[in-house]
Amino acid sequence: MIAETFAFGESPVHRLDPRVRVIVGTLFAVVAALADRFDVLGAALGLAALMTLAARLQPLAVLKRLALVNGLVLFLWVVLPFTYNGTPWFHLGPLAAAKEGVRLCAIITLKSNAIVLWSIVFFSTMPVATLGHAMNRLKMPVKLTALLLLTYRYIFVLEAELNQLVRAARIRSFSPGTNLHTYRTYAYLVGMLMVRAAERGERVHQAMVCRGFSGKFYCLDEMEFTFRDAAWGGFLVLVIFFLAIWQWTL
Amino acid sequence: MHISEGVLSGPVLAAGAAVAIAGTAYGLKKLDFEKIPRAAVLSAGFFVASLVHVPIGVSSAHLILNGILGLLLGWAAFPVIAVALMLQAVLFQFGGITTLGVNTVVMAAPAVFCYLVFGKIVAKGGPMGMAGAFACGFFSVLLSGVLVALALFLTEENFFEVAAAVLGAHIVIMITEGVFSVICIEFLRKVQPGMLPGAQ
Repeated sequence: MIAETFAFGESPVHRLDPRVRVIVGTLFAVVAALADRFDVLGAALGLAALMTLAARLQPLAVLKRLALVNGLVLFLWVVLPFTYNGTPWFHLGPLAAAKEGVRLCAIITLKSNAIVLWSIVFFSTMPVATLGHAMNRLKMPVKLTALLLLTYRYIFVLEAELNQLVRAARIRSFSPGTNLHTYRTYAYLVGMLMVRAAERGERVHQAMVCRGFSGKFYCLDEMEFTFRDAAWGGFLVLVIFFLAIWQWTL
Repeated sequence: MHISEGVLSGPVLAAGAAVAIAGTAYGLKKLDFEKIPRAAVLSAGFFVASLVHVPIGVSSAHLILNGILGLLLGWAAFPVIAVALMLQAVLFQFGGITTLGVNTVVMAAPAVFCYLVFGKIVAKGGPMGMAGAFACGFFSVLLSGVLVALALFLTEENFFEVAAAVLGAHIVIMITEGVFSVICIEFLRKVQPGMLPGAQ
């Protein structure tokens, strides 16, 4: 179930220094989230699409993620134009769609898709472990890094535990429905998962103490910042900077 | 309850980020290094448990569990939820980087609220403890819904109907989550009472 779909690949984006990717990814998301002009957001979406091509990601997997995001956007399209207080634009039976509502929906659609595509390209193209190390290098609190990396380490283990519990229930002919029996079964299942997690947490801690853990978390990942990274990073930051200028001064 | 990228306004995003950073910093301060492995594995447990879909009539909803998370982790719920949301954003594109702050507040503030308000009641056990556990599940979802609605409404007053729809859709989930919390907490009381607040 849990998979890092885009983390591994051969592309210029995958070769870029993870720190550069984190910075560029964040900057773009902030600028795009604040922008509200059609031309700027259109350019941003185009740029994000271009980067997706450059990252050579599986098109089908990317489209699936976009479909998920656009499900929520679709909900806005259904409700917002008809509930917006503005000048009526067209009528659909007794309902009047406001021009401003449609405009807002269009802006949000462009924005969401641009940011999500860009985030896939710059955040999801590295394993979470690398992301953790990059954030550690970028001075994220060491406790938070440790929490992120250990959580990531154990989600796969606990997913296996959950599957085991579900399988055990299924072997006893459990079939879910809307009734108290189902809720009780699931609540016990989750409770058991928590008990196992807490016990495992103790053991992990003891094992770490055994190996000399004394409250400091070391990241041995030596990231190399090459001329290529500087050039690409600089170029992308400039492009994002240009988008910001376009939005707010032109 | 994730708010997607691109919906909220700048001031709302900034306010969410500020509150999330403050809460996370305080939570991390309260969480000493000793407890990090345990908190991380529990966090992973909740992350995985939220993949469970519970049938409600013809539809189904996934468990939110932030009330129970608050009970078991206290203030540490803030950094734990921030990390879980970071993982969901990277792995599934649920939520994202600019909405990370708001989404963290939406999930974590009710968790801490439940810990502070209902923690002692749940610790007592008996019928009162069960009522506390129900309130914990119910109010954690209700408050999360209210916070989502508030974030939407503060962004754009015309989001009112959208916000109301989000809140309305969660009424059944509030009750379900309340019942679920009672059973789950009573289970933990029997099996591993040391995990509940008031123990140790």
